Amino acid sequence: MDFLRTLLGTMGDVAPIVVLLVFFQLAVLRQPIPHLPRVLLGGIYVVLGLSLFLLGLEKALFPLGKIMATQLSSPDFVGGEGAELSDWTRYYWVYIFAALVGFSTSIAEPSVIAVALKAQEVSAGTISQRGLRLTVAMGVSVALALGTYRIVAGHSLTAFILVGYLVVTVQTILAPKSMVPLAYDSGGVTTSTVTVPLVAALGLGLSSVVPGRDPAIDGFGLIAIACLFPIISVLGYAQIADLKFKLYNKKRKKDEVQTDDGSGQA
Amino acid sequence: MDLLPIIVVVSFFQLVVIRQPFPDLGQILLGGLFVVLGLMLFIEGLELGLFPIGEAMANALARKGSLLWLLVFSFLLGFSTTIAEPALIAVAGEAARIATGSGLLADDPALAERYSMGLRLTVALSVGFAIVLGVIRILKGWPIYYLIIGGYILVMAMTFFAPKEILGLAFDSGGVTTSTITVPLVTALGVGLSSTIKGRSPLLDGFGLIAFASLLPIIFVIGYGLIWF
Repeated sequence: MDFLRTLLGTMGDVAPIVVLLVFFQLAVLRQPIPHLPRVLLGGIYVVLGLSLFLLGLEKALFPLGKIMATQLSSPDFVGGEGAELSDWTRYYWVYIFAALVGFSTSIAEPSVIAVALKAQEVSAGTISQRGLRLTVAMGVSVALALGTYRIVAGHSLTAFILVGYLVVTVQTILAPKSMVPLAYDSGGVTTSTVTVPLVAALGLGLSSVVPGRDPAIDGFGLIAIACLFPIISVLGYAQIADLKFKLYNKKRKKDEVQTDDGSGQA
Repeated sequence: MDLLPIIVVVSFFQLVVIRQPFPDLGQILLGGLFVVLGLMLFIEGLELGLFPIGEAMANALARKGSLLWLLVFSFLLGFSTTIAEPALIAVAGEAARIATGSGLLADDPALAERYSMGLRLTVALSVGFAIVLGVIRILKGWPIYYLIIGGYILVMAMTFFAPKEILGLAFDSGGVTTSTITVPLVTALGVGLSSTIKGRSPLLDGFGLIAFASLLPIIFVIGYGLIWF
């Protein structure tokens, strides 16, 4: 029964896309879709798979994650009252939880998987989908730890975002250009089906416990930070890989020169 | 395999940190099984259905040679998938409550309704324009970083004028727009276009559409806030 409800919901979400695709095929392009049966089967797989996925999340992970987020940020667990609750160092379990949840949900996020698979295909395997997903997940993990700290400490969101933009800008100038578009894309895809509900619960829970925070205003912003940091981590990864490659080339050239010298003398 | 990290993290916190047994373990295991099966089916479906159709559409539209239809398609792909996005509907409703609560909006349900509907339209329009802009970029071969960093500068400038209450929402709205079904289609559209057009590289030009779809909503929503308040 639950499954039917979720299935109907997913079909509702997909409907506008199906209408758009069918209209363009029939009215504008006026040609049959290549491999239609396979594409249809794929479409059915996507809808069924997504419904199962969402239902499973709703049954298992979301309730548990939300309970945990509230428990970890509850005054009993933080262990203090009044002014003590404003002390950001008391919330260390929250930061650790946020970091680990950010990492593990990004690994399972379907949108991230989709972009990573495409990147691996397009780069002919130079970019491994697993490596890209790990890098993105690390970015989200740092982002959520910092984002929860920001809520507790009460720093301005705008300042965090602006500094993030500056870092991305500087990295863009330095990083190998072929990775820049992919890095920008990986920011937008991280926060989707799995991450958003859990992160929202964490933000709302925290901002209702820490004195002086307003859930309505301070609860926002975790998603924004989680969108920014994967860009930084993917660009950083590209920079490191590029540096390694350059060092390797330099070393090889040096070696070649040395062997050349050797053969010249002989 | 993809779910291993979540399982480890959740078990560790439940058993070691919070020190409580799992409530309703059978339900959780069943849910976990659904998630694994669902993810497998989804990935299979991506390769069979969504990626091929996205690329086939991109190829067909590029070969048809009509710029107008290509741009109309791009706009509608962004607009139609965003306006119905459940995450956005939830966020827009929440935003209207906040605006009423903080006294920015008069306490009138009809006004709140108009505000949240306007917000959804604004975000959907911005995603539509974002895909159009991204497609034009692919056609022209502009480097992406000028546009994105230009967008960053615009956002920075706008934050100085924008009401504080809209900023958190504006920044977050960039992240909630791209749904799980839109992402593969949009990615396939970009990669398909850049591999059809001569002189474009799929890696350098094909990616980047989603980046626009996460940046433009921020600009549009701040603008929306400036108009309302």
